[in-house]
Amino acid sequence: MEKKIYEKLVMEHKPKEKRGQNAFIAFMVGGLIGVIGELLVEFYSYYLGLSTTDASVFMIITLIFFASLFTALGFFDKWVKFARCGLIIPITGFAHSMTSAAIEYKKEGFVTGLGANMFKLAGTVILYGVVSAYIFGFLRLIIMGGA
Amino acid sequence: MIYIYSFLFAGAVSLIGQLILDNTKLTPGHITSMFVILGSALDIFNIYDLIVAHVGAGALVPITSFGHLLIHGGLVRASEVGYIGLAMGVFDLTASGITSAIFFAFIFSLFFRPKD
Repeated sequence: MEKKIYEKLVMEHKPKEKRGQNAFIAFMVGGLIGVIGELLVEFYSYYLGLSTTDASVFMIITLIFFASLFTALGFFDKWVKFARCGLIIPITGFAHSMTSAAIEYKKEGFVTGLGANMFKLAGTVILYGVVSAYIFGFLRLIIMGGA
Repeated sequence: MIYIYSFLFAGAVSLIGQLILDNTKLTPGHITSMFVILGSALDIFNIYDLIVAHVGAGALVPITSFGHLLIHGGLVRASEVGYIGLAMGVFDLTASGITSAIFFAFIFSLFFRPKD
């Protein structure tokens, strides 16, 4: 009983998140990153004469580079707090989580701190990506017999 | 036109992520993992390839494309050498992204201090 009253109190005093506004900002920022990606692909394939596949690799590396650099310079955290999923869901979030973990845990040593903690957040993405790719890949090979 | 599609697709994926984040107790780690699994699941029947063909880079930017690239690399290799190709090729297409993320994160962590 008391627990319920407590939960009600907590809910009342919790700051109300503006969900609609958050969603709109995430949509706009995420979309903007998509457009920047497309612009970069066009830029690389036009000026460097790369194929679309190679240009998209360059694009991904460019986005990762700037996300890491801005995280290291300190102001990307504020952007992430503002745009939330708009910057977490694109590949920038992957780079941001690795760079911020690397910088934060550096003081605990290069092996036990930086090395052990760098993949704390990015590790889950790689783990579940590889496991699901393996399972779904086998399913696909069994169902359709080759690519 | 492809810019509008890019904007809409990348924006929509971020929007769904934000809605999940705001309305459930899941953390960003849960959401990115879910989206990676979703991306690789969509590639079982080449659905994500279709999306990439129509949307362009807008489909390559969200984390869903990470799962798509993992399974795609595995399947391409598997078509050449059989089942073992899955293990050989899973990182073929994502290697550049993971390598550069590790490299930049390490290099920048050498030169910058945490800001509080």
